[in-house]
Amino acid sequence: MAIAADAQRVRKEPAPGMVEKRGRNLWLTHALMILGVLVVFFPIWLAFVASTVTQQEIARAPMPLLPGDRFFENYARALFAGVNVPVATMLLNSLVMAVGIAVGKIVISLLSAFAIVYFRFPGRSVFFWLIFLTLMLPVEVRIVPTFEVVAGFGMLNSYSGLIFPLIASATATFLFRQFFLTVPDELAEAARVDGARPMRFFIDILLPMSRTNIAALFVILFIYGWNQYLWPLLITTDPEMNTIVMGIKQMFPSGDDVADWPVIMATSILAMIPPVIVVISMQKLFIRGLVDSEK
Amino acid sequence: MATVDLDDVRKRFGSTEVIHGVSTAIEDGEFIVIVGPSGCGKSTLLRMVAGLESVSQGEIRIDGKRVNEVEPMDRDIAMVFQNYALYPHMSVRQNMGYGLKIAGLPKNAIEEKVQDAARLLQLDQLLDRRPKQLSGGQRQRVAMGRAIVREPSVFLFDEPLSNLDAKLRVQMRVEIKELQAKLGITSLYVTHDQVEAMTMADRMIVMNAGIAEQIGSPLDVYERPDTLFAAQFIGSPSMNILPATLASNSLRIGSIELGKRGLPDGTVHLGIRPEHVVIASDGPLSLTVHLAEPLGANTLLHGKLDESGETFTAAISGVYRVNGPGETIRLAVDDAHVHLFDSDTGRRIV
Ligand SMILES: Nc1ncnc2c1ncn2[C@@H]1O[C@H](COP(=O)(O)OP(=O)(O)O)[C@@H](O)[C@H]1O
Ligand SMILES: [Mg+2]
Repeated sequence: MAIAADAQRVRKEPAPGMVEKRGRNLWLTHALMILGVLVVFFPIWLAFVASTVTQQEIARAPMPLLPGDRFFENYARALFAGVNVPVATMLLNSLVMAVGIAVGKIVISLLSAFAIVYFRFPGRSVFFWLIFLTLMLPVEVRIVPTFEVVAGFGMLNSYSGLIFPLIASATATFLFRQFFLTVPDELAEAARVDGARPMRFFIDILLPMSRTNIAALFVILFIYGWNQYLWPLLITTDPEMNTIVMGIKQMFPSGDDVADWPVIMATSILAMIPPVIVVISMQKLFIRGLVDSEK
Repeated sequence: MATVDLDDVRKRFGSTEVIHGVSTAIEDGEFIVIVGPSGCGKSTLLRMVAGLESVSQGEIRIDGKRVNEVEPMDRDIAMVFQNYALYPHMSVRQNMGYGLKIAGLPKNAIEEKVQDAARLLQLDQLLDRRPKQLSGGQRQRVAMGRAIVREPSVFLFDEPLSNLDAKLRVQMRVEIKELQAKLGITSLYVTHDQVEAMTMADRMIVMNAGIAEQIGSPLDVYERPDTLFAAQFIGSPSMNILPATLASNSLRIGSIELGKRGLPDGTVHLGIRPEHVVIASDGPLSLTVHLAEPLGANTLLHGKLDESGETFTAAISGVYRVNGPGETIRLAVDDAHVHLFDSDTGRRIV
């Protein structure tokens, strides 16, 4: 019934874009999109193929385009032996750093946004703008003084050195502030009448209400932390503390030695897996956090 | 159970004073309605009683004890907010029990109280729902339930019905009033709707621009408004106000004499409610009708007085058929129901 009515409407006044989409253009759009995906995916495929063959096969032109039979050997070699240090160690370092940065950033920015929105203290807007200003100072800009400080504290080659300098986040503070501003005042007042002290209100009411935002930010910040390159490169001289993203670069030999391509490629593939897992496992919450403001 | 005393309560935001000294004594179990137009300071006054706003000057006492400096949770009050303020991520059960949970009651005691309140409000079937899954009226009930479970000594309501449709509003109005009577808990209820005020209040506080114009029972205020504002705000359609003069003991509108008064000469505002005029061929007032609104039980005739050009509304009981617009009718005034107000201060003259 409804379908018939719809069909009639379409026949009576066909929307201009609609008829075309039904025909060849639909196929064209799909073909283009598939082509785009292939273009993006091709280098990853090459890396994967290279990680499953022998060094000789890679060196011989033309490069193989189908996976070889060395998958387990190459990956085992990468994970447990590596070039300078086992990739498993680098993966662990990266994981600690990325989770540390993401969790730290979220905790700190939740608390500072809570303070800025819900408490009237002297210099409230000054503090907000100070935080906001730091948006203009990414790691790269303040890297020398930050290095000085971290070195002074003896935090080179340590997890705290990797994590703490990157933990302050104006972006996340700003996002949480905007979210808190949309939470009706009445809710805070109701909680106050119910007897909730400020931290209780924060934990019982605000945190659960922010969970989709927190999830979305976690994904973004995890990837941000995972992809840090310059900072770990600077402060980790001990290969045991290398993170994977910078570690890949360290695997290239400096002299005339030949690069161990299968292991490097296996490492690259391994480096991609954790962010992909995080994105996929938190996809639902992530999308909700970005599109709807469930209040 | 508690009394609430307001003693010259004032509120300033920065340098602007928005509540100019309100005093009243509310008895145990009384239902007090604070009524007035939007922006007159009703919510501010209520929030001061709740402890959500500080008191700039004066004193608020609950059960005889000064509470100016007491946190809301320690005042033994419960508040129902205009937009319900339900916690969106909690079920109805959790919403209602949250205050008790914070107070540290054991789980089974909380559950018991929540169940009791839910039965009272017919929410038993909805306890596991989220606020999002409820209709407006149901959310309203949950907000009430949250207030009830705490067994407070004072209920505070800030326009709790203003987000409901007209029919539901009438129904909830009755429910709230019945519930309050049953529980006998002292209540302060804020509304801008004079019908709510008239129907629910034991006593009402008519507020205007931060001043309590009149405090009294609905019928007292209706029959003997203290000020021009109270006279016009309470009653629908509102009271007709006409400029009048007193000269050598006679009360006149223009050249028409309306009666004798033993009052000093001068100009006054004369108030007459629409229902206190009757059609009479020898009546002193002549009204040119522009619009007739037949309501069944009575008919509202809107028009202008021929003598002074003032707009005037008459409520004629029963059905009255007008012979087209522009018809002129003569009206007699019931002298016992004429109100006189000072033309400068707006206060009632005797
Ligand atoms: N936090 C505030 N800061 C400044 N002025 C306020 C504040 N809250 C209310 N007011 C002012 O106080 C007056 C009374 O407000 P309110 O009590 O909300 O009125 P009502 O509830 O009767 O509509 C209004 O003029 C309003 O602008
Ligand atoms: Mg209000």
